Formats: sequence, structure tokens, C-alpha cells
Amino acid sequence: MKPGRMIIEVMRSFFKKPVTIKYPAVAFEMPDKFRGKLKFYPEKCIGCKMCMRDCPTGAITINKIGDKQFEAEIDLGKCIYCAQCVDSCLKKALEATKDVELAQLDSRKLKVVFNASPKNTP
Amino acid sequence: MHDSHKFKIPIGPQHPALKEPESFSVALKGEKILGVDIRLGYNHRGIEKACEERTFLQDVYLVERVCGICSHSHSTCFVQAVEEIAGLEIPSRAKYLRTLIAELERVHSHLLWLGVAGHEIGFDTLLMYTWRDREIVMDILAQFTGNRVNYGMNTIGGVRRDIDVSQVKDALKAVDTLQERTKYYIEIATSEVTIIKRLSGVGVLSYEDALRLDAVGPTARASGVKRDVRKDDPYAAYADVSFDVITDNHSDVYGRTVVRLKELLESFKIIRQVLENLPAGPIAIKAPRKIPAGEAISRYEAPRGEDVHFVKSNGGEKPERVKIRAPTLANVQAVKHMLKDRFLADMPIVIAAIDPCFSCTDRSIEISYLDDARKKEVLTWPELHAYSIDWHRKRGIDFSSLNKKLKEGFKTS
Repeated sequence: MKPGRMIIEVMRSFFKKPVTIKYPAVAFEMPDKFRGKLKFYPEKCIGCKMCMRDCPTGAITINKIGDKQFEAEIDLGKCIYCAQCVDSCLKKALEATKDVELAQLDSRKLKVVFNASPKNTP
Repeated sequence: MHDSHKFKIPIGPQHPALKEPESFSVALKGEKILGVDIRLGYNHRGIEKACEERTFLQDVYLVERVCGICSHSHSTCFVQAVEEIAGLEIPSRAKYLRTLIAELERVHSHLLWLGVAGHEIGFDTLLMYTWRDREIVMDILAQFTGNRVNYGMNTIGGVRRDIDVSQVKDALKAVDTLQERTKYYIEIATSEVTIIKRLSGVGVLSYEDALRLDAVGPTARASGVKRDVRKDDPYAAYADVSFDVITDNHSDVYGRTVVRLKELLESFKIIRQVLENLPAGPIAIKAPRKIPAGEAISRYEAPRGEDVHFVKSNGGEKPERVKIRAPTLANVQAVKHMLKDRFLADMPIVIAAIDPCFSCTDRSIEISYLDDARKKEVLTWPELHAYSIDWHRKRGIDFSSLNKKLKEGFKTS
């Protein structure tokens, strides 16, 4: 075994661009099938609550706020981003987006209400 | 220090050499290890009980989180058991896709292990190299499933995501790069003097001992035991692909390194065959919400060895019992044997060589008394609850007053 066998690899690495992405400064795209923050389309929801039934952590709640009108309350702290609710939804009223920057300092801000009823509107 | 002196050193639960909390109590004479006591249970999460509280579909995501590295292994194993009870015949494309993700997972797990092993023997360059190349396979996994870990690929009755032609092309190209890299690592492992000298003769587990202690996976195969669930009891699409079971006769940590590296090449072989012969058709069939009464055992060759799941259904939406046997539990007894009469400095690499995953292993506690080996005690849920309250009260912590204080604290703030 000759000493310094890895030296070629080391020299080559001098001229390569870094593998690391300088994350907050440089944005990067999530893969196409990525399961991020959920999006709710209230006009499609029929209130069957299949998503509530299949959610492994109980992160999603569908409330009736009026005649054929529903709001979705999603607890992003509880959500494990498996997107089972998206698969369970019969009317495709839920969608997983590529949004990953969800960190909050205040845990109350992790509760997201889509199509909120007047009492839930901040 | 006198030679006749014996010392007992606690290593863990919190220790820089161990990545997970696990306690090893080492009896030493000088530098030599006289015996090791392993105590599991610091990471018990009550997953089996939690499985009984959720529906079969919710459990798929729960068992996926038993292990972060072999998440696909646990979910596939569970899903296979449920499908067997329900009598579901899943489409062949789903079987192939499960095999594909399983092998990609094995590649990423073995590369991760090689890096960790390099780190434990002070060869950090190897860690940097392998983890850089691991990114390639992590990227393919993200392309195929959406996530780097916890893929969420399995569902009862098939898989959830399909792959298309352009992804297949990308993956084949990436596999070529990885194969080239792996060949380089094999060359390094078989010719680099520092690796050979550091790993040879360390953590020896003979063929007989491997059989007697029921070692599984690469740990057993490095001792010459030709045992692989993929070959012995083919599941998913393993019956349709050709590959060899890698064994080695070194019986030490060096053998385990060689087995894992050569297994990578076999994995690339399987990935190529799967991608080229991917059958067309649906990826999932509709599964019933209520699984008929029955029970099944499912076996799966995880990167660390044989993973076993037992599922019992009583005809409802929720399972009556789920039992998970992670591969580390089978191998941890062998570690005790490997360390005896060896040096203390070998301990980190010997423990790392079984690729331990202690969080996956911790299930439940059975108390056996040291003075009487036959006397055993199993605590029921209410007994355990009373025991824990009593344990804390003896040490001056009373939760009833603590709870009150916490509530008052919230009110005032």
C-alpha cells in the first residue's frame, strides 16, 4: 500500500464546488412528491370527515360553519406530514404543498384555520 | 493500578461514544474486559400499546417511525402481516416498488454504517466520503417517495406513489455512480493497512456462537451463517430477482465491513433488475377498513437483519396485538460475547459493528431477579403506574402537588 493513496481524491476535491447548500441565503426546491404543509379547498369539502378518521395524530379537524360550509383546522405541531388525509379525501379537497418553512416561536401560531368562521378569524 | 484490581465502569446511558441512550456496565481488569452487563429500556416509547389504540391504516405511519433509518422495513413488515390476515393479493408493480425502496434503503443504511464505523476507528475521511455519496441515494429516495426518511410509501394493499420513466433513467445513472464509489471503498477496505489492522480480530463471533446466540443479518453472515430472509422466505419481488447472499469467514468486525460493502453491490444488482423489469399496472388495491379476525407473522430482511412483526386482529378496525422484534434485539446478546476478554478501546467499534438501533429495540420490561434466575416479574399497566408514583414519592417528588403548582404557574404568567 502506497502512502497517500487518497491524495488524488483530495486534490480533485479542491476544485469541486461545495456539496453544502447555504440554506437560508440560497433557496432550494423540494422534490415533486414532497409532502409539506397542507392546503384546504373549502369549496370542494363535503364534510365527510374521512381525513379526521384516518389522521394518525389527530392533527386535522373539520368544523361545520354554515350550510354546506366547512372550515379545516390543522395543527402543524401535531401533523407528521404523511399526507394520508390527502389520499383519504374523496373530493380532493386537501393538497400537500412544498411549504416546509413552518417553524414558529409561538406554538399558537402552529394552528392554521382554513376558511375560518367569523369567530375563528383573528 | 494493580493488575489484581477489578473495576466496574458504567458506559452510558449518556456517553459520547454511543449515539443512543443505552447502558453498558463493564467489569475491567486493567485494559481487559471481564464481562459486560447490557441494560436496555431507556428509550421505551410504548409503540406496541399505541398500535392497539389506532386503526390499521394509522398504524402504518406509526410503525414507520419505529426506526428512522429502516423506516420502510418496519412499515413493509407490518403491512405484509396485515395483508396476509386480510387475504389481499397486492399488484406485482406494488411488489416491485416495495423491493426498489427497500434496496435503496439498504444502500443508504450500509453507507451510513460505513461512515459511522470509519468515525469510530478514527478514520473520519471515510465518514466524509461515504456520507457525501449517501446524499446521492437520499436524493433518489426523495425523488421516488417525496421524503428523505419516513418515506410514507406503503399502504395496506400496495404502495402510495408511482414512479415514471424519467425518474428511472436518473436512478440508473445514480446507481452507476454509486457502484463505482462502492468499488473504490471495497478496494480501500481490502488494501488499506490501517483499516485491516484496526478491524481484524476485533469482536470475534465464531460460526457456532453466531448460531447459538441467534445473530441475524450482516453480523451472522460475517460469521459464515448463510441466512437471509430475502432468499430463505422471499417476500415482495425477491423471488423474481437474482442475487447472491454474501457471507464471509473472517467472523470479526473486518468481516462485517466486507459483508456490508459486498451487499451494496448485490443491492445495486437488484435495483437495476427491478427498474428494468418494472411491470405495468395498478400500484394498489382497495383494502377493507375492518381486517377479518386472524393473526400473522411477517419476516423482512432489514439492513440490520431479520425484522419480525406479529399482528393479531379481532375483526375490528384496530389490531388486538402488535409485536415488533427489531434486529438489534437479536444481535445485542452477541455483543456481550464479542466483548469478553477484549480491550476496552475496542468497545465503540464492536458495538457499532452490529449497526445498533437501540430505540427500535426497546419494547417492554421483564424484571428478573439476579439472586434467583427463575423468578420473573411482569408488571401490568396499573401496577407500573403505581410503581412509578411510588418511586418518585420516595425521592421526594409528589406529582399531585407538582401538577397543582404547574397549573398555578400558568395562571399567574
